[in-house]
Amino acid sequence: MSRPEDTLLADVHYDDVEARKYTTSSRIQNIQASMTRRALELLDLKTPSLILDVGCGSGLSGEILSDIPPEEGGPHIWIGMDISPSMLDVALQRDVEGDLFLADIGQGVPFRAGTFDAAISISAIQWLCNAESSETSPQQRLARFFGGLYQSLKRGGRAVCQFYPKNDVQKQMITSAAVKAGFGAGMLEDDPDTKNVKVYLVLTAGQSAVANTKSGDITGVVENMEGVDVVDNRRQGRSSGKGEIKKGSKQWIIKKKEQMERKGKVVKATSKYTGRKRRIAF
Amino acid sequence: MKLLTLNFLTCAVKTCKSSSDSFPLHPKDAELASDDVEVNPELLVNLLPRLDWKALKTTSAELGFPQLPDSPPTIEQLQSDDKLLKDLHSLLMETNLMEGKLVCGVCGHEYAVREGIPNFLLPSHLV
Repeated sequence: MSRPEDTLLADVHYDDVEARKYTTSSRIQNIQASMTRRALELLDLKTPSLILDVGCGSGLSGEILSDIPPEEGGPHIWIGMDISPSMLDVALQRDVEGDLFLADIGQGVPFRAGTFDAAISISAIQWLCNAESSETSPQQRLARFFGGLYQSLKRGGRAVCQFYPKNDVQKQMITSAAVKAGFGAGMLEDDPDTKNVKVYLVLTAGQSAVANTKSGDITGVVENMEGVDVVDNRRQGRSSGKGEIKKGSKQWIIKKKEQMERKGKVVKATSKYTGRKRRIAF
Repeated sequence: MKLLTLNFLTCAVKTCKSSSDSFPLHPKDAELASDDVEVNPELLVNLLPRLDWKALKTTSAELGFPQLPDSPPTIEQLQSDDKLLKDLHSLLMETNLMEGKLVCGVCGHEYAVREGIPNFLLPSHLV
């Protein structure tokens, strides 16, 4: 599978020709549509809402948001952000209903706190991992994006970001950036271990006052869905690691010394006397 | 860009984030257009508590619309008064800012708006 984000920046890659190709390809249209529907399913919106579409491109995903029938809680209104002028140009020609912004999501999200009910992003945030200029790093751009997104969502709001991670390192980098920004994060994989794997990062911004406690994170979201296996690594992680080392023991002292050394502090060398009790003087 | 969106938009410059004057952005040399959008009362009721009424008042005065009342209508008022709902709908959803500039009240940065699309790309020293 080709990865355009490896070679060029998003606004350079999606020029007029590429933007048109992308939008008119029926294969891409189908994939985008099904991913948008899946993302909406995960958002689980009951009333007409204001949604942020991150990396809206030519508005393929936005169209679906505008077309949700009233009995399913729609139609939603949306605000789209994209960095490629050519993509937005195609969106204008297609006469989409949402408001469009020419903006770089790696520079943050310029909306005031608590603006959006929800946010979706279809095949966009992997572009954040390849920002090569001397002034910014992918980590910085991810932090700015997730920080801005967290602020602009209302409390209890959800964001679903479908993306194509290059490898596990990238997946880890994106998830940890989201968690650092304050989100509760979970990952949903459709068709895992196949070529068509689709990765959805489901983020929740704080607890809503009305939501019950269970629906707070992704395990609550997918609870009622069919064919979803929940793999929860959190419990295991907590029980192992801590608890085995007793405070004050030799092992514990060595661990602390290593920690200090990593911080750059001056630490005395470890010897056979480390952690031993002094003999009783009297 | 809908006036509704303008009511949520702040300056993207980092140093303006902490200042309250960076919101709302002030339209300059604005060209407006009116679009027909179907009225969606549920959506307006959902959005009403989130609107910054003071900012909306400032914006609509700057664009030369008739003066809005001092306090926002309550949800009950909105649900019972059809004319109020229509007026608010046409102001927020149907009025579009097509050309012009949006100016930040703190740093004075001008965001150009062309064909309804504001340009929020910042030079890297402002991020």
